[in-house]
Amino acid sequence: MYVAVKGGERAIDNAHRLLARERRGDPSVPELSLAQIEQQLALAVDRVMVEGSLHDRALAALAVKQSRGDLIEAIFLLRAYRTTLPRLGVSLPLDTAAMAVHRRVSAIFKDLPGGQILGPTFDYTHRLLDFELADPGGAPASPAEDGRGPQAQTSLPRVMDLLDREGLIESEPPARDDARVGDLTREPLTFPSGRDVRLQNLARGDEGFLLAMGYATQRGYGRNHPFAGEIRHGEVTVSLTPEELGFPVEIATITVTECQMVNQFKGSATSPAQFTRGYGLVFGGAERKAMAMALVDRALRGRELGEEVSSPTQDEEFVLSHSDSIEASGFVQHLKLPHYVDFQSELVLVRDLRAAHGTPRAPVVQ
Amino acid sequence: MTIEHPSATVADRPLLSVRGLGKRYGAQIGCRDVGFDLWPGEVLGVVGESGSGKTTVLDCLSGRVAADGGQVTYTKADGSVVDLRRLDEAARRRLLRTEWGVVHQHAREGLRMNVSAGANVGERLMALGARHYGRVRGRALDWLARVEIGESRIDDLPETFSGGMQQRLQIARNLVTEPRLVLMDEPTGGLDVSVQARLLDLLRGLVEDLGLSAVIVTHDLAVARLLAHRLLVMRGGLVVESGLTDQVLDDPQHPYAQLLVSSVLQP
Amino acid sequence: MTRYNFAYLDEQTKRMIRRAVLKAVAVPGYQVPFGSREMPLSYGWGTGGVQVTASVIGPTDVLKVIDQGADDTTNAVSIRKFFARTTGVATTTSTEAATLIQTRHRIPETPLREGQILVLQVPIPEPLRWLEPREAETRKMHALEEYGVMYVRLYEDITRHGRVAQTYEYPVIVDGRYLMRPSPIPKFDNPKLDRSPALLLFGAGREKRIYAVPPWTRVKSLDFDDHPFEVEHWDRPCDLCGARGAFLDELIVDDKGGRLFICSDTDFCARRRPAGDPPRPM
Repeated sequence: MYVAVKGGERAIDNAHRLLARERRGDPSVPELSLAQIEQQLALAVDRVMVEGSLHDRALAALAVKQSRGDLIEAIFLLRAYRTTLPRLGVSLPLDTAAMAVHRRVSAIFKDLPGGQILGPTFDYTHRLLDFELADPGGAPASPAEDGRGPQAQTSLPRVMDLLDREGLIESEPPARDDARVGDLTREPLTFPSGRDVRLQNLARGDEGFLLAMGYATQRGYGRNHPFAGEIRHGEVTVSLTPEELGFPVEIATITVTECQMVNQFKGSATSPAQFTRGYGLVFGGAERKAMAMALVDRALRGRELGEEVSSPTQDEEFVLSHSDSIEASGFVQHLKLPHYVDFQSELVLVRDLRAAHGTPRAPVVQ
Repeated sequence: MTIEHPSATVADRPLLSVRGLGKRYGAQIGCRDVGFDLWPGEVLGVVGESGSGKTTVLDCLSGRVAADGGQVTYTKADGSVVDLRRLDEAARRRLLRTEWGVVHQHAREGLRMNVSAGANVGERLMALGARHYGRVRGRALDWLARVEIGESRIDDLPETFSGGMQQRLQIARNLVTEPRLVLMDEPTGGLDVSVQARLLDLLRGLVEDLGLSAVIVTHDLAVARLLAHRLLVMRGGLVVESGLTDQVLDDPQHPYAQLLVSSVLQP
Repeated sequence: MTRYNFAYLDEQTKRMIRRAVLKAVAVPGYQVPFGSREMPLSYGWGTGGVQVTASVIGPTDVLKVIDQGADDTTNAVSIRKFFARTTGVATTTSTEAATLIQTRHRIPETPLREGQILVLQVPIPEPLRWLEPREAETRKMHALEEYGVMYVRLYEDITRHGRVAQTYEYPVIVDGRYLMRPSPIPKFDNPKLDRSPALLLFGAGREKRIYAVPPWTRVKSLDFDDHPFEVEHWDRPCDLCGARGAFLDELIVDDKGGRLFICSDTDFCARRRPAGDPPRPM
């Protein structure tokens, strides 16, 4: 005797309870605190903030904890929270030239004013598992050895500005004061898109996807001859001009990483050769993401720069439509939802086709 | 099967009028200062070596690239005259699907390679509202026969066709709506000599039967001699000589035209 | 714990969505881009439908939510709970009693009436998407009514299979003008779209499009004159309620391949069996 399956609601509640238990894990193991996550898994928190489009370390740490370390799930949590927040205004552009720099490297000059500052980087570590980290309680690094070195340097000139002074690199056109910046969180993406919206899309985009796209350009899929002009990491102030005051006020200090790529030069009959640019900017220390973003930004400028668009990496519809991990994750995973009605329709057709197979087709009527 | 061609009567103005057409690619000249008139039922050949600018002229006419300067006017079937460079994209696309045809050098560019020959030929009809499968298929069969493709191939994919057959399929796909003007880029390019001859015969017959006007770009003077009433000879983006085909080929005036003609191997 | 606005979305967002809905109603079948927000549900799981419902729902509405025609599938339960929590609005499983119905992949068997709103969840709004991947190009095709390529697809199906092989998400022409994808409903449900007394709203959250079919609008499924549109049919009635002419789900009940066929619309099926009557014996 068939009885229709009921109880979906109870099943969902039980699933949530089970999830909470799994999240906690073995109760004899100390529970993670948000401070631990925020401090000791800082790069995970950075990633969640930049792809979640929300700068709040505590909330990002909470999202990481709630998602059991699944960073895309954490990003989703932060984004959904962001939807409920009111929009108070738009800040002034960050002045990264005035950054309090903790790390600054350039691949295009051996030395430069201010020097190459390595900062806290994985770059020159030997990737050997350090078993001393396995047991907590090792002596904390003393201030002199903690790698931060002397206090952060300010007023380090940007390498790109040096090239710009000689006219060697295309200038970024200065924005008009009344220029309106598009906002992907409020308006849908349309094609062709402006660079402001493209950069937003890339900043929010999945690091793995952008890394793959950037990598592909280096291997010949839309190659644009990149050099790392400058990568700088440090603190910048965020300023806002409230309507009531009419002058800017500093509302926060945040850490960002900026990458400026120097790319394939171009010239024409009417203008002499200049290098071109790619740009990447992220919260925190997500340097790999900033670099990948700069490579993809430049690749997507192909049409604007009159280059032959030959590769998916240069195709803005392809890149920008598939860069969002939340959209991608949702749609891929939606296949888990019941599709049995659609499948039933297909079953009916396939059975009919199989039954009709081999029988001669009716002659063409003219 | 007779077709009443709208331009079979004597016309008082050219079908297509081009003045001062130019296009640069950066520092390179694609074409410069190109002008001609094309009358109904007339075939104009544009000849020259590669790099002469002849393909650029065709691309400017079809709108595949945007010209930098010049005027292109076209007289529509209803008698109205349009300036093609000012035409909005909607109207241009409509024109290309109805009154114009474009035959590309590589058939792949002008066909849907992943649908059957019948679908390729029937598409324009369906785009214009044909809703009877049997009749669309019937028209497709007609046209396949006219371009000498066997009836049995109607359901085959163009990928399975030889180069010559693909080209003939492309022609059928364009002519099924009986356009007034066809632009062709090296229609026999890349085909074997014997296949070329067959295709040229076919084209000549169709042009006559349908009273088509055409602009045919080719580097092959034999193609020009067989198909074109008049010729433009191009070099370095400029038109160096123009006139009736026989005149230009038998008695070229410009030194380059003379060079071109004399370098053709005589049988 | 912050409190959420009625139906979760802030009023400005709802206004923005309602403006998009009005545009959609004014141009039946045309996909209106809208600033889709990140919702607490995954993209692909009904965020478009949820945003549309959240923007049109009011305190006196009676809400029904179904997925695959059933009120008790997990996603329908999840969405119904979401609205119960964020609106306090009355919910029902009865198609007749509902004023607002959100649905995934089916239109109820019980005929809709004037004044009802049906909100359909849409994964891929663009009917030309599989023929032309570029959004910039498909936008032009709609503007210029360049739908030839869709008929090419139908022609090919008939050539290869003797019939059109599209069984769900079957493309339609709305009000004689726009080509529309009616969401992944089985083609069985397409006739219900034509001149429905209800307002049909379609929401695609991830793709950020809203479209609509106003009441009493002509909706025609694409076909050829000599190969007219046909719906699925079953040779047997529902094994529970005996209905013929309803869409039936196929259930495998034992490992010998035994099957039951049962109405996919659970409310429709239950109503046909007076309370207390057991299901028909097998």
